[in-house]
Formats: sequence, C-alpha cells, structure tokens
Amino acid sequence: MELLLFYSFRNLLTRRLTTFLTASGMALVVFVFASIVMLAEGLQETLVETGSRSNVVVLRRSAGSEMQSGIEREQAAIVATQPEVALGQDGRRLVAKELVVLINLRKRNSGSPTNVVIRGISQTSLKLRPQLKIAVGRFPRPGSYEIMVGESVAQRFENVGLGKVLSFATRNWTVVGIFDAGNTGFSSEIWGDVDQLMQAFGRNVYSSVIFRLRNPLEFQEAKERIESDPRLTLEAKRETTYYKDQSKALAKFLRILGLSLTCIFSVGAVIGAMITMYAAVANRTGEIATLRALGFRRATILVAFLVESLFLGLMGGIAGLFFASFLQLFTVSTTNFQTFSELAFGFSLSFDIVYKALSFSLIMGFAGGILPAFRASKLNIVESLRQA
Amino acid sequence: MNRESSPLVQIKDLNKSYRRGSQIIPVLENIVLDINEGDFLALMGPSGSGKSTLLNLIAGLDQVDGGTIKIGGVEITSLSESELAEWRAGNVGFIFQFYNLIPVLTALENVELPLLLTGLTRKERQEHAALALELVSLHDRMDHYPRQLSGGQQQRVAIARAVVTDPTILVADEPTGDLDRTSAEEVLQLMDRLSGDLGKTIIMVTHDPRAAQKARTMRYLDKGVLADAPEISFTERF
Repeated sequence: MELLLFYSFRNLLTRRLTTFLTASGMALVVFVFASIVMLAEGLQETLVETGSRSNVVVLRRSAGSEMQSGIEREQAAIVATQPEVALGQDGRRLVAKELVVLINLRKRNSGSPTNVVIRGISQTSLKLRPQLKIAVGRFPRPGSYEIMVGESVAQRFENVGLGKVLSFATRNWTVVGIFDAGNTGFSSEIWGDVDQLMQAFGRNVYSSVIFRLRNPLEFQEAKERIESDPRLTLEAKRETTYYKDQSKALAKFLRILGLSLTCIFSVGAVIGAMITMYAAVANRTGEIATLRALGFRRATILVAFLVESLFLGLMGGIAGLFFASFLQLFTVSTTNFQTFSELAFGFSLSFDIVYKALSFSLIMGFAGGILPAFRASKLNIVESLRQA
Repeated sequence: MNRESSPLVQIKDLNKSYRRGSQIIPVLENIVLDINEGDFLALMGPSGSGKSTLLNLIAGLDQVDGGTIKIGGVEITSLSESELAEWRAGNVGFIFQFYNLIPVLTALENVELPLLLTGLTRKERQEHAALALELVSLHDRMDHYPRQLSGGQQQRVAIARAVVTDPTILVADEPTGDLDRTSAEEVLQLMDRLSGDLGKTIIMVTHDPRAAQKARTMRYLDKGVLADAPEISFTERF
C-alpha cells in the first residue's frame, strides 16, 4: 500500500503553502511543548548529575534541604565514625561536614538581587566531588577568608570575578578561584572554608554531613544504622536521590506549565489541521469518488486521509523539534523553589522528549484529520463523480 | 460463457428513482436489457433520460429500487456495499468523461492503482501497468503526471487503467465528451480495438453520434424507458 502512502504524501507536497502554514502551527505547539519539557529535563539532569550514587547526604530528620537542616557537631562526629564510610588514599575517612547558607548578590544583566548558595566545605568536600575542577585561579586555603565561585555564578553575577572581594556576614571574602563543576548545581554555588563561614554567620551547627560509601551497596545498612541511632535525629539519603528530590517541585511546575500551554495552543493547531483537511476533502471529492469506483473501500479512503493528516502532524513535530534542539545551546537560570537559590541549567533534549513530542504531533494530526477523513469515506460515489 | 444461452449482463425490471424533498422522481422504469459478452453497446438519449444512472447501476456504483442486475452470473443487486466494492475492483473498468486521473500520481502509478486491490507484487503491478500503457501507445509517457499530458493522452491513460485488471465489463461515460475531434477519434479507435481485437464488453453512454457509430449495438433511453434507437442519421439526430 505504499502507493497510497505516496498519494497522501504527494497531496501534501502539491498544496505546499497550505501544508507549510498548517505544519508551522503544529511545529509551534511542538516547539513550546518540547522547550518546556527540555527545560524541566535540563533542571533534573543538572541536579541529578550534581549527586553521586556512592555519596550519602545526612540531614536533620524531615528537613527538605540542606538549607533547613541542622546537625550538631557531636552528631556529625557520630556519623563520621559509621563503618560504611570509605577511607581515602591517605587513610582518612571520606566525610565532609558542610554548611549551606544563602547570600544576596546582584545579577550582572538586570541588577536584581538574587539568592546564591554559599557552601562551607572541608578538604574532603573536594574529594567527594571529583567532577569539580579549578578553571581559573586556585582552591581557597583552609582557615582563610578565601572563596571560590562556580562558573555560572561568575558569569551571571556582578563583582564575583577572580580577585574581587565580596562583603557578607561582616567579613570581606576574596575570590581566589573559579571552578568548573560541569553541568551540576555546584556551578551555581560559592564555596569557602566551613569553619570560617560558620563563625562569620554565627552558626554552631552544620547543615549536612556528606560521606562516601566504601561499597555503594551498603547504603541501606548505613541508612538504617543512622536513622535508628537514638542519639541522632537524622536521616540519610543517597546524594543522587537528595538532588533529584530538590528538582521535583520546579520540574513538576515546568511540566504542568508546558502541558497547559501546549494543550491551549494545540486546540488552535488541531482546528487549523482540521480546516486544511476539510478543504482537502472538498477539493478532492472527484478523486475520492474515483478511488471508491475503482474498488477502494471506505476504510481505505479513511486511512488515506488520516495518514495525510498524520504526515502533516509529523512534519510539524519534526520541524518543532528541529528548532527546539537549538535551545540546547542556551543556559537559563531560575530560583529553585526547594532551596530559594539561583540555579543555572540548560535545555536538555532526550530520546523520551523526542518520542513524546512526535507522539503529541501525531495525536494533533489524528485529532485534526479524523473527522475530515470520516467525511471523505462517507462521500456518495455517484454524487461526488457528478460534482467532479 | 455461452453467449447465445446466457448474456453477460442481464437486467430485469429495473427501477430507480430519486427523492427530492418529499417528491419522488422516477429515473428508470422497468428496464429490461441483456448485453452479450464482447458486445460494444452505446446508450444514447437526451440529457436527464437516465443513461448515466443506468450505467452507474450496471457498474455497481448505485443501488436499485427494484429489479435485478446479473453480471457474469453474479446478482450485483444483492451485494452489500463492501462486496460491491470488491466486485467492482475485479470486474469493472471505468472510463470517465473528465478522465478522473489522480493528479499527484504519474501515468504509471494511475494505471497501477486498481492493481493495488489484487494480490500482485509491486514488480508485477508495475509490469502489468507498463503493458497497459503500451497497449494505449503511451509507454514513453509513464513517468508523466496528468498535467503534463494532453486531454486525449489522459483519456488513453484512463483507458489503460480501466483495462489493466482485465475486467468483465468496461463502462464509459461520455468518453469523448471533453476531447477535440482528433483525440476523440483516437480514443474511439482504441475502444473499437478493445472490443474487436480483445473481445472486451463495453457499455458506453454518449451524446456523440460518431462515438455511437463505433458501437455494435445501440439502445436509446427516453424519460427512463429503454427503446431501440430510431433509424435516423447519427449526424443529424444529436
């Protein structure tokens, strides 16, 4: 039946302008759909890539994020002695006690103040995040008022370049390095010495304790021991799970926004496709009647017109995805609802998004084509031949 | 099939009317007609006399109100719509006044269309279609689209499409109605060859006396009633 497929496809090519305009409408809807879902995907990818499956994040029980968490020094010491904690090459336990606070910085373009995460780190913090590398400058010295900023922070905020001095928490902090943490949430953070930052911010509790598992499969044992220890009111999560949870609310919001916008736009696109297909049926009553006279059944006519409409949807889908794919070249930043801090991330096009966008475009094609296809299949042969 | 004892087409007491609002307009009344295999029949008559309606009924495109049509032993008046479609695919070749070629398909693809309903492979279909185009002397135009062909050539492609499945009957509705004299003559000669050399049974509706002259039998319809054609000159009568 490839000849009938050719028939459907060539009819679209014959009516180039109408096909172009209708497919453009569908392409626009697919573009909107794909771009917003790509944004949500990019956000999740960024946050999930921030974590490592071998690392465990320990927080105060029921604290949604490091921002809301507080861990006493004694509790942190108990966590650090857990048997599941891996040892480094130097024989030291791979545990980092960290502080997470927010400061306000002005954005480079708009000048508007935005929350940025300051992470107080220890030497081990860097060993736990091997993906992090110094791009410019050097690592801050322990016990100093030196800080390093993520590349996203350096690009997006004023006065955070190498050698600049930031004033916060009644101290002056010198930027001695800009680090590249790849496509992770760390790129949107500023890191400094945990003890200096705790003093400066007047904090006597850590926000989180991070440790590397000596065996990633021992997570459950570590979790159960930490959570059942009566001295601790803490909970343990794999770092990947922790960051995935951080992205849930915003990603969900983006997906709902994308779906809502797409649904509204798609009504217009489907009506456009329907008008195009009704016009196609009206212009081709003679052809339809001829095919029916030759012995083609109603069902075949229905399928031929439906295939034509599906082709139309597919063209729109491919065009929409083609243009949406260029969005991967851009990076956007927004406030993560979970941490109330700025997070930079890119658009990410996955196979799943391609599959969903093309399915969506085919659904639009189907919805726009089914009624006209029914009309085509129901045409009376004799009357249609007379009108032709 | 025995031509003497059993005509290919047997029409008995055929009635057909159309409804316009509450009014019923009779179009064909008590038509009785036998057409033998290999015959070339011309149906003539004034506009509105029911010629095309009778042709459509014989071709299985429309439903009768009463009476029966038996073609090649099959009573097509008792077939369902899908059975009729299947029957048409194997038994009827259509030649329309305005050719009714699919504009987005080439000549070869247009001729190949009816073969899609057979069990032939793509290669076999294309071979059959090419042969049919050779029969109408358009083998060199198989890749041309209808818009690239003259009216006469388009009608010859339509004839190739009509014969490619080797149907039981060929029905032609004003096959020369849209053609100039030369093209019309070519088409008529082709139909004459199909009837004379290949033994095709052709039923043709026409207003054109020259076209009717090519037919071996002629019947006349007037106000839905069938009659033998009056013995008058073709050129003067229509």
